[in-house]
Amino acid sequence: MNIEEVTKNTKLLIDNTPFSVETVEFVKPGKGRAIYKFRLRNLFSGNVLDMTFHSGDKVEETSVTVHEMQYLFQEGDNYIFMDSSSFEQIPMIKNQIGDKGGFLKEGTPVVIMMWENRPIDIQLPKVVELKVIETSASLKGATITAQNKEGKLETGVIVGVPAFVKEGDIIKVDTRTGSYIERVGSK
Amino acid sequence: MALEESRRLSQIKTKLECRAKILGGIRAFFSGDGFLEVDTPLRVPAIAPEQFIIPYLSEGWFLSTSPELQMKRFLASGYTKIFQICHCFRKDERGRHHNPEFTMLEWYRAGADYRQIIQDTEDLVLFLTHRLGYGSTLNFQGTKIDLTLPWPEITIRDAYLRWAGWDPFLNFDGLKFDDDMVTKIVPNFPIDRPVVIRDYPTECAALARFKTEDSTNPQAAERAEVFIAGLEIANAYSELNNPEEQEKRFRLEIEQMQIAGKPCVWPQKFMEAIPHMPDCGGIALGVDRLVMLLCDTNLIDDVIAFPADRL
Repeated sequence: MNIEEVTKNTKLLIDNTPFSVETVEFVKPGKGRAIYKFRLRNLFSGNVLDMTFHSGDKVEETSVTVHEMQYLFQEGDNYIFMDSSSFEQIPMIKNQIGDKGGFLKEGTPVVIMMWENRPIDIQLPKVVELKVIETSASLKGATITAQNKEGKLETGVIVGVPAFVKEGDIIKVDTRTGSYIERVGSK
Repeated sequence: MALEESRRLSQIKTKLECRAKILGGIRAFFSGDGFLEVDTPLRVPAIAPEQFIIPYLSEGWFLSTSPELQMKRFLASGYTKIFQICHCFRKDERGRHHNPEFTMLEWYRAGADYRQIIQDTEDLVLFLTHRLGYGSTLNFQGTKIDLTLPWPEITIRDAYLRWAGWDPFLNFDGLKFDDDMVTKIVPNFPIDRPVVIRDYPTECAALARFKTEDSTNPQAAERAEVFIAGLEIANAYSELNNPEEQEKRFRLEIEQMQIAGKPCVWPQKFMEAIPHMPDCGGIALGVDRLVMLLCDTNLIDDVIAFPADRL
C-alpha cells in the first residue's frame, strides 16, 4: 500500500513481522517531501518501534484479525481453543501462551489475534475465578492481614493466598499480575 | 453524530470568531497600503510543476494548489500591488498542521524583492497582533513569543552548517535536505522569536530568481521562509522573471515528475507572461497556521470548521 494510506491501527508487515501502527505524525516542508513518522507496535513482542517514511514509499499491509474464543482443553504441547462464532478449533502452543496458561480453565473466554491463520497473541479476561485445590490448613482465627501462604489452583498454577483460604474455596485472581483479589465462595 | 458536530462547532466558536477578525484584519492591512484584492479560479488547466505538491484532478484540469501563476499574469499585465485570500488543494497533506484544502494568502509587489516582502510579513503580523490586543508579544502553547522587529534571520547555508553539519550548496541531496529541515534545523530555532531562513539552493526554489545583492553565494535563490513557534508560516520569493531560466527549472522538475508518474501539464499561458513580468517579490502565507498561532492552538482542526475528514 502507499504510505499515504496508512492510518492509526493499520497492520503492517515489516521484515516479516506484523506491526500495528499506534500513531502517525505527518510533517512536510511546504515545497519538500512529506515525511511520515510512525510509532509501531510489534505484535509478537509488544515492543514499540519508531520509523520514518517518505512520500512515494510503499509498505506491505497485513491483516491481523481478532477472534473471540473459548478455551477447551490441553492436548500435548497445545492448548485448544474454539472460535465462538465459527466453532472452529484452533491449537496454540504452550510456549506462545507462557504464564497465561495457568489461568485457563475449560470455558474461559479469551480474545485471540490471528495472522495468516496463525494465532499470535491471546488476551485473557482481567479477572478469573478458580478453585483452590491444595493449601496448608488454615490457622484458627486467621485474618486477612495474616501472612500469605501458597495455594495451588485447579489449573495447576500456584498463587499467594491469605491464611484463611482453604481447599475448595473459589478465589478471584488478577490474570495480569497473578495476584489474589478476594474469596468469592467455597465448595 | 449531529450532536458531536454541534458540540465541536461550539467548542471552536471563539477561534472561528478570531479567524474572522484576522481575515478582516488582513484585508484592512492590504487595502490600507493600496493593494487590490483579486480573485482567481480554483479550477485551472495548469499548475506550476512542483515535484512534492500533489494536485487533485478535476475533469482533466486541476484544483489549484496555489494562485501563483494567475497572480503573476496580473503582474505581467501591469498590476503592481495585488493580494488574494483563497482556498488551495494539496492531495494527501493531512496532519496536525495540514488539511488538504486550506486557506492561502498571497501578495505580490512590483519593484520589491524577497527581503521587502518579508518586511511586509513582519508588518502584517504585528498589525494583526495589535488589532487583537496582544501588542508585540504572542502567547503560544505556554511560550511568550517576542515579535519585536527585526526578526532574526539565518541563511540556509549557515543553518545547515551549524545544525546539520553539511553544506547543501556543495552536494545537494534533496531527501537529506528535507529530512534535516524537519529533524535538525527547525527544532533548533529559538522558540521565543520568529525566524526567517533564506537563500535556498535553486533545486528547492523553482520560481525564485538567483541572488543579486551580493556574490558570497551566487548559486543561491532569493527564497525566504518565516517560521514562528516551529510552524512554517510563509514562503517568499524574489520572483523569477527570466523566461529561459524558468523554462530550464520547470523542465528539470517535469522530468522528475514524469519519472515518478505524477500528472503535470506545461503552464503555457504563464510561460508567455514571464517576459512581461516586472521585477517583483511575492509570498504565500498559510492563513490557517497564522490563525492557529494567534488563537493559541497547535491543531489545524481547531481553526477549520469542516476539516477534510469531517465532511
